[in-house]
Amino acid sequence: MSKLEIDFCGVKFRNPTVLASGVLGVTASSLKNVVKNGAGGVTTKSIWLKEHAGHKSPVMFGTDHYFMNAVGLSDAGIEKAEKETFPEYSKGGRPAPIIANIVAGKIADFGKLAERVSKLDPDIIEVNISCPNVEDELGKPFACSVVDAAAVTKLVRSKTKKPVIVKLSPNVSNIGEIAKACAGAGADGFCAINTVGPGMAIDINLRKSILSNRVGGLSGPAIKPVAVRCVYDIYKATGLPIIGTGGILTGEDAIEMMMAGARLVGMGTMVYYREVEGFGKVVSEMEEWCRKNGVKNVEEIVACIS
Amino acid sequence: MKIQTFDTRPVALTIKKIVRENENTNTYVFDYPLGARSGQFVMLWIPGVDEKPFSVAYDNGTEFWLTICRVGPATKELFKLKEGDKVGVRGPFGTNYEFKKGDKVALVAGGYGAAPMYFCAHEAVKAGAEVDFIVGARSEDLLLFTHKVSGLSDVDLHIATDDGSCGFKGYTTQVLEKLFKKKKFNKVCTCGPEIMEKFVGEIAEKHGVDAEISVEKYMKCGFGVCGQCVIDDSGEPICKKGCVMKYSYLKRMPEFGKYHRDAQGKKHNF
Ligand SMILES: Cc1cc2nc3c(=O)[nH]c(=O)nc-3n(C[C@H](O)[C@H](O)[C@H](O)COP(=O)(O)OP(=O)(O)OC[C@H]3O[C@@H](n4cnc5c(N)ncnc54)[C@H](O)[C@@H]3O)c2cc1C
Ligand SMILES: Cc1cc2nc3c(=O)[nH]c(=O)nc-3n(C[C@H](O)[C@H](O)[C@H](O)COP(=O)(O)O)c2cc1C
Ligand code: FES
Repeated sequence: MSKLEIDFCGVKFRNPTVLASGVLGVTASSLKNVVKNGAGGVTTKSIWLKEHAGHKSPVMFGTDHYFMNAVGLSDAGIEKAEKETFPEYSKGGRPAPIIANIVAGKIADFGKLAERVSKLDPDIIEVNISCPNVEDELGKPFACSVVDAAAVTKLVRSKTKKPVIVKLSPNVSNIGEIAKACAGAGADGFCAINTVGPGMAIDINLRKSILSNRVGGLSGPAIKPVAVRCVYDIYKATGLPIIGTGGILTGEDAIEMMMAGARLVGMGTMVYYREVEGFGKVVSEMEEWCRKNGVKNVEEIVACIS
Repeated sequence: MKIQTFDTRPVALTIKKIVRENENTNTYVFDYPLGARSGQFVMLWIPGVDEKPFSVAYDNGTEFWLTICRVGPATKELFKLKEGDKVGVRGPFGTNYEFKKGDKVALVAGGYGAAPMYFCAHEAVKAGAEVDFIVGARSEDLLLFTHKVSGLSDVDLHIATDDGSCGFKGYTTQVLEKLFKKKKFNKVCTCGPEIMEKFVGEIAEKHGVDAEISVEKYMKCGFGVCGQCVIDDSGEPICKKGCVMKYSYLKRMPEFGKYHRDAQGKKHNF
């Protein structure tokens, strides 16, 4: 048996797979079901300070090669996380580490959120500064500017003792530079990548863009090479732990992501192709690969190409 | 023919016919080999407006129907569309009902649940089952599909109205209780308000039948990704593990018959 257990920012994960933010993350019972199906950890859907409506449907669809979404970060606000999600997830002991993903339109709100969410004792705080689907509302994501990304990180860092990781956007010319700025501002690690684009798809018979928001973020198999490259760049620039996310569907995809520099692997769109049971399958596939390749401890392969 | 792929882009379809069922209910007819089984649903996209889940009310392999009540902003816009207008359809999604020869089936329908239950009756008869169809509404003018159901052979139609304006005065569940005294059903299927469905489940269980229930939760994706439709406490998405689910499963869910969630995931009690 190869060892898949791995440490990330001082938190122990029984295996490197983590549910990415925004997929199956509306309720505590949903997160628990993902753990039951094999995930080593879970990330909440992005939490706002106040209730946030999200976009009208259609908000997502998939093809054989890619997936598109513009959910628009619908959420009931931090109050629901306080009253429901965290207490229920923690009842009777947490089944796996939980990462609280927070999002805001104003830098100051990230500070307030970090303070409140810390009280819920999340294992890690993930700062979402990279959603491309709310640009109309919020303007360019903070993750597209070295200055803004560092400012958000610094504020969150000052408000919590929890490990802070920053979720980065691939839609920048130099992700390594952004990562370095966040590291300088106190980030403990990264989650990369958020969705690519935004992209656009038109129904030629209806002469309308399919997503009601017109544009949406790309995820799934097509973005894996971009994600692998971003993780490689971030690792090279900072050496900090990374949740490598983007287009991972199989154990071999996960191994590839770890070789690029990821200590954990995030999966969202995998659920579309393999259902929630896919987590357990990916874990078995990773184990099998490690066994066949004489890898006793999965940690050995992290950043092995660097 | 569409081969099995992971493509869930909407298909643009022309509304072939609109049948007015009552003041606030229309049936939309489409020429398209959707290939839905009874109990399944589609996501209907009203371009420029919104996209919402609706059960398939009939599918014969070349044509399918959606029977829709006007209740809010999206359905209000839909009701402005005319024959010849185009909409988008994704699906079919979800689990379905199955019938076999010799089945003794009770179908219990409330509200627009009559439409998907009609599809069930149709499929049950085709499989060689015997069907009792119980349909309820507040009053006679709100009853749906009674003529279509009475047109099916091997189906006994039972009507219940709250005000007694047609058929039995009372609830569909009372009719089901009465029928159980006379008949040994081996299958009970229901679609309607969740509270009614819960009672149907309890009654069937008392008589040794594990009812199959169409569950409705707030849906965005329809394919088990967004997490909007998950039920407490199993945390499983209804769009994928349902909508047709067993009562023996649902009765263990503290959410069933008690509350549902909105587009932001906030709880609302029934
Ligand atoms: C599996 C399934 C099958 C359905 N089948 C039918 C059907 O055959 N005929 C029919 O008339 N209606 C059906 N519905 C209900 C239908 O989806 C709603 O009536 C419709 O979405 C209302 O939208 P609105 O904007 O007009 O009204 P709103 O004012 O937005 O909503 C009215 C009610 O519909 C519910 N609703 C709104 N949006 C959704 C959504 N995205 N998912 C689930 N519920 C929603 C709300 O909770 C509210 O209770 C079905 C729902 C589900 C989940
Ligand atoms: C339907 C959907 C919703 C998402 N919602 C969020 C979100 O709320 N917050 C966030 O940080 N990322 C969100 N993402 C991005 C994912 O967490 C992930 O970074 C991205 O999809 C790439 O990984 P994947 O290919 O494994 O899905 C969402 C992605 C999808 C597909
Ligand atoms: S509607 Fe998205 S998971 Fe069920």
